[in-house]
Amino acid sequence: MAISRETIEYVANLSRIQLSEEELKKISGQLAAILDFIDKLKNADIGNVSPTSHILPLNNILREDSPKESLPAVQALANAPQKKNDFYAVPKVIE
Amino acid sequence: MLNKLTAHELLEKLEKKETTVNDIATALSSRIQEVDPRVRAYVRLAQPGQINQCGLPISIKDNICTEGLNTECCSKILEGFKPPYDATVIKKLKSAGIAIWPNKLNMDEFAFGSSTENSSFGPTHNPWNLECVPGGSSGGSAAAVAADEAIWALGSDTGGSIRQPAAFCGVVGLKPTYGRVSRYGLIAFASSLDQIGPLTKDVRDSALLMNIISGHDEKDSTSADIPVPDYTQALHGDIKGLKVGVPKEYFIEGMDPETRKIVDEAINKLKSLGAQVAPVSLPNSQYAVPVYYIIATAEASSNLARFDGDQYGLRKAGIQNLIESYKQTRGEGFGQEAKRRILLGTFALSHGYYDAYYLRALKVRTLIKNDFDKVFSEFDCIVAPTAPTPAFKIGEKSADPLSMYLSDIYTISVNLAGIPAISLPCGLTKSGLPIGLQILAKPFAEETIFRAAYAYEQSTEWHKLKPKL
Repeated sequence: MAISRETIEYVANLSRIQLSEEELKKISGQLAAILDFIDKLKNADIGNVSPTSHILPLNNILREDSPKESLPAVQALANAPQKKNDFYAVPKVIE
Repeated sequence: MLNKLTAHELLEKLEKKETTVNDIATALSSRIQEVDPRVRAYVRLAQPGQINQCGLPISIKDNICTEGLNTECCSKILEGFKPPYDATVIKKLKSAGIAIWPNKLNMDEFAFGSSTENSSFGPTHNPWNLECVPGGSSGGSAAAVAADEAIWALGSDTGGSIRQPAAFCGVVGLKPTYGRVSRYGLIAFASSLDQIGPLTKDVRDSALLMNIISGHDEKDSTSADIPVPDYTQALHGDIKGLKVGVPKEYFIEGMDPETRKIVDEAINKLKSLGAQVAPVSLPNSQYAVPVYYIIATAEASSNLARFDGDQYGLRKAGIQNLIESYKQTRGEGFGQEAKRRILLGTFALSHGYYDAYYLRALKVRTLIKNDFDKVFSEFDCIVAPTAPTPAFKIGEKSADPLSMYLSDIYTISVNLAGIPAISLPCGLTKSGLPIGLQILAKPFAEETIFRAAYAYEQSTEWHKLKPKL
């Protein structure tokens, strides 16, 4: 199926990915070809079939809410691109 | 020459005090310096003199967290990331006395690929023919083991990423049952499909490694609370009466005739060893690749949302607005295939397309799983080729994502159904490239796989062949 420029821009925005003009054109064509291939799924008979999102019969795995050892802040923040005291520092969120 | 031996041979030598871990590390280190500038299985060129090992070494794919040791998923967006903790598999290896080799193995960025060409460190080369790809995404793991630059290795498999490179490089690669091995500390690609597994020189090493890494982990709620058997008990060589199915849908037009001939010979070998071989049908196989590229990309688009430059990795400097910072950081940090997959997955999950793509794919996934359930109600295992062709040339498929995706046509349905499967060497093409035989079994029947694989391996010499480098 053809995929419009608006759709790609919309999806790129949802994905928080900046695309160059060149990337946008290239990826539009590639996604169209992939979606054409995926359209094969329309031939599958899924009338009364229930979806499988996960293969093991596991539901609501819970554990006791008890305190355990955790990473010290220094270690947890060691990879931060920017930090302030014991916090991650990010560009301003609120205008 | 210690680096050429298998892990079980080396463990025996260590036990008998015929060698030391330092001798093994030295042999490995000099082999890496000799061949890795050509193979590029490791992400960084080795620095002589830094190796100080405390046990038999194992090499690890770049997406499995190793405390204090760079783990970057071969992506620019995770450049410089040093995990503050070990993945559960790494913890288990360390408690078993195994040492982690201090240089990670190359892969396609975030495991997105079938050729190890999509790496921020550049491509890995196939040790059997340096102009060919090693397969992917665990191409570094497979190439390192094949080139005797690693004793054994861990990889991860979401749609064939252990088995297809194992086939292309002539080594043994196992994708365990979903839930058999903890995923804690494996940087997530598609959480309902990912499994960590071994790449080894023979089947015994694969079983030994599974003994160490398998089992329930409270840190991975999808890991199964099922006892772990001693997998080496299945290595007795007797497969008389084993019921083996051969799916007719896997031997289709478009499959390389030489690959087909080699796999047919392997199936005849199983017959001569006493297996009862019969044709079976997996009628929904044709849908596996399209289902996978919806489900895997949808899950990836969600999992990769965390890479935004807030907590780790790359952050584009000098941007005042948070959303703009995310967009530019991700635009610069992700490679082409990662962008393509995140966009495709986001599209499949977006309003207006969810039912037509994502929900439909989940339903067809049920059909694929049902096909396997039906066959396994009558058969112990299924044998098939691992890949439709031998290793292809570097650059041959990188411009056409769809043709790359189709190289996983025989491996993908295993992940969708959550079942275990192994690839082991079963021959060489006339041009000298390895071919892999795939053996599949029902969930948690790794023992059946090891039993069949070991019997086949021990009656052939393929696993002893080494590439000339």
